[in-house]
Amino acid sequence: MNGEDIVTEKEVEDVYQRLDRETSQAGYNLNPDTEVTMELVRGLLVNEKRYGYWACPCRLASGNYHNDLDIICPCDYRDKDVTEYGSCYCGLYVSKAVVKGEQKVDPIPERRPPPEERVQITQREGTLSLPVWRCRVCGYLCARDEPPEVCPICKAKKERFERFM
Amino acid sequence: MKMNHVEGDDKGHVMLYALSTCVWCKKTKRLLNDLHAEYYYVDADLLHGEEREGVMNEIKQWNPKCSFPTLVVNNRTCIVGYKEDEIRGLLK
Ligand code: SF4
Repeated sequence: MNGEDIVTEKEVEDVYQRLDRETSQAGYNLNPDTEVTMELVRGLLVNEKRYGYWACPCRLASGNYHNDLDIICPCDYRDKDVTEYGSCYCGLYVSKAVVKGEQKVDPIPERRPPPEERVQITQREGTLSLPVWRCRVCGYLCARDEPPEVCPICKAKKERFERFM
Repeated sequence: MKMNHVEGDDKGHVMLYALSTCVWCKKTKRLLNDLHAEYYYVDADLLHGEEREGVMNEIKQWNPKCSFPTLVVNNRTCIVGYKEDEIRGLLK
């Protein structure tokens, strides 16, 4: 069974509206092609039911939360892909140029490295008075004993932070 | 492993490795349908355990990144991603 049937139109619509609002407040843009965007939101909700988190709809999640952290939406690769290609791997997030109709959303190469080459999130020791933590999703930096529960900028969870300095 | 079969015209052996939630995979399936090509497909996210591993090993031979969609035609040519023109060219 593929679980698609257990996500209702209403759920998709509600989450889409919320995401659209939050995204523009944070300076990001959803793909204006709502057919694609809704399909991706549906995929995220299906994955939430399957795995318990928003695993990227266009990548194969392992089902192991820790191993899938880098591909929980928004993934670690979104910002680089939007900058370089005008959209994230799935085409959910796009550049301003795409919104304005100056750039097209085309399939892009997979930036996520194969399992052997993936770097684990680092927790190394430093010599500063406080460690500096970096959100791997949006790049937000903060100096404090521990990363915040959620990123104040992009709402990524604590586990998405790495020790930066 | 359960392979899905879609009837159509014989344009060679067409095997599509896909994910049920992926929009690019959906576009690829739609394109194959529009081209009336006979094809086989498997949605790797719906498989578990050994079955999934088996499919991933198959994909790896063609596409080391194991990304989706991966399309293999006649056990010879592999197209990674929804490359519409390339797919159309191959399955004329
Ligand atoms: S940001 Fe785009 S590519 Fe990354 S997980 Fe979300 S939908 Fe997938």
